[in-house]
Amino acid sequence: MIKNIPLSALIGLIFTGAYFFVAIAAPLIAPYGMAEVVGDVWEPASSKHLLGTDNIGRDLLTRMIYGGRTTIFIAAAATLLSFLTGTSLGLLAAVLGGWADQALSRTVDLIMSIPSLILALVILAIVPVTVPILILVMGLLDATRPYRLSRSVAVDINVMDYVEAAKLRGEGRAWIIFREILPNALSPLVAEFGLRFIFMVLFISTLSFLGLGVQPPLADWGGIVKENKDGIVYGIGAALYPAVAIATLAISVNLVADWVLNRTTSLKGGRG
Amino acid sequence: MHPIIKLVSQRLALGLLLLFGASALIFGLTEALPGDAAQAVLGQSATPEALANLREEMGLNRPALTRYFEWLGGIVQGDLGQSLTNKLDIAESIGKRLGNTLFLACVAAIVSVPLAIFLGLLAVRYRNRWPDKLISAITLTTVSIPEFLIGYVVIYYVSVKLGWFSSLAMINDSMSFGQKLNAIALPAFVLTLVVLAQMMRMTRAAILNLMQSAYIETAELKGLSTFQVIARHAFPNAISPIVNVVMLNLAYLVVGVVVVEVVFVYPGMGQYLVDAVTKRDVPVVLACGVVFAAVYIGLNMVADIVSILANPRLRHPK
Repeated sequence: MIKNIPLSALIGLIFTGAYFFVAIAAPLIAPYGMAEVVGDVWEPASSKHLLGTDNIGRDLLTRMIYGGRTTIFIAAAATLLSFLTGTSLGLLAAVLGGWADQALSRTVDLIMSIPSLILALVILAIVPVTVPILILVMGLLDATRPYRLSRSVAVDINVMDYVEAAKLRGEGRAWIIFREILPNALSPLVAEFGLRFIFMVLFISTLSFLGLGVQPPLADWGGIVKENKDGIVYGIGAALYPAVAIATLAISVNLVADWVLNRTTSLKGGRG
Repeated sequence: MHPIIKLVSQRLALGLLLLFGASALIFGLTEALPGDAAQAVLGQSATPEALANLREEMGLNRPALTRYFEWLGGIVQGDLGQSLTNKLDIAESIGKRLGNTLFLACVAAIVSVPLAIFLGLLAVRYRNRWPDKLISAITLTTVSIPEFLIGYVVIYYVSVKLGWFSSLAMINDSMSFGQKLNAIALPAFVLTLVVLAQMMRMTRAAILNLMQSAYIETAELKGLSTFQVIARHAFPNAISPIVNVVMLNLAYLVVGVVVVEVVFVYPGMGQYLVDAVTKRDVPVVLACGVVFAAVYIGLNMVADIVSILANPRLRHPK
């Protein structure tokens, strides 16, 4: 199985792995300190500063590495939170059915009827903007999607013969959810996890760009754009490096997610 | 009653219900979360006495439910209240900006919708050959970059390097229509890129799905050319899924506008909302939130109604 990974998925895996490695090992790799001013404003790329310097003379490569760390950490934490809440509520709704299912599903419909960026902005106008709050807001607002996916997959599985058999055996609700339904619902959920992670990366970058996400002096990819955007009209491309970083990360995760989805659908005779 | 009238009116009622729910959700969020408008005005270091006085003055001491219905009643009559920071009437400020935003969104839609449908059909026609692969590679890239970065990449290459168009989209009433179009060329282009990819991908999927039906096979077997099959047999049946795709993306466009306006410093709703959030101007945030939600819910409702109307089985019941 591992032997015949298609080339595209392999490339995706290598790049995704590299980004996570850099994020985890940021303090070891970065050539300078995160908030250390080491040169002039917007110095061009040189052997001392591989990507040049930013709007107040910090090393841009260092900012990008630390920025990746912040962005990836927040996105990963928010995705985990959204999947934990979304999937557990979704599976619960599918198993319980009836009123509980109706109440949960209609609430989710209501939340999804408002764009999540707008809801996030409304919330961030009231609460102080800190990293834990950002993770909480993004994770909970986006839990609606894993909820819908896991519920729809679980409703199908819930009427399978083996689940019926387990119920007749007298297994409890926890067994049904964790031992019968979850293993069979896992593969579409894993592929969705990758896509939601990318969405979170875009989401946190957008919020930071608007000045409502990660606050300075902490670096993150959206913030780097905000800090350096004034250079663009003078032809200084410092603000565009995050575009390259975000796009390559997003494409590699997409390639991996595509492969997971294809592999699992072909294994199970086309069931999505 | 004709079943189609029943279905459409049901959908309209559901839309109104959702709108009501959305307003309650937005208002409820600002109530339930720690901190309120008085806190936002005075900041974290305010004394409890000053807070209590201001709350009294702003009427925040009354029950939340009363204030919600007053607020809702105001909205229905076109009164959105006053801004906390500059005491201006919100409805007036929004009116002008909403016009600007809709103008930008409409121009983007007029360009992107036909283009997306055409490219989607092209991708189906040359499925799995190079035009299809090229189109999907480009779409994968554009969906992987956030809107604001596409904006800056466009500014960097088109506005700064090539010197075409200004990087700021200033707009005012004294400009002629042509000047306005020229001013919003870049933001409209960015918005087009943002929605084009999604719309094209979804159109392609919807048509491919149709192409696998039995009547398409029959049309092919009777010797029609591929293009005729698409134009005569696939397209009429694809109207409903395509309208759905278009409406979903227009709804998405309304959100994308928020970020793109900030990039191009365009005086629209998005800029207004983001400014208000930064200044913690709660009444303005509430009003903008409701307007955005209403447009979004409205577009989704239109999508559903059009797909009901496009269904011949519902139009001509037995």
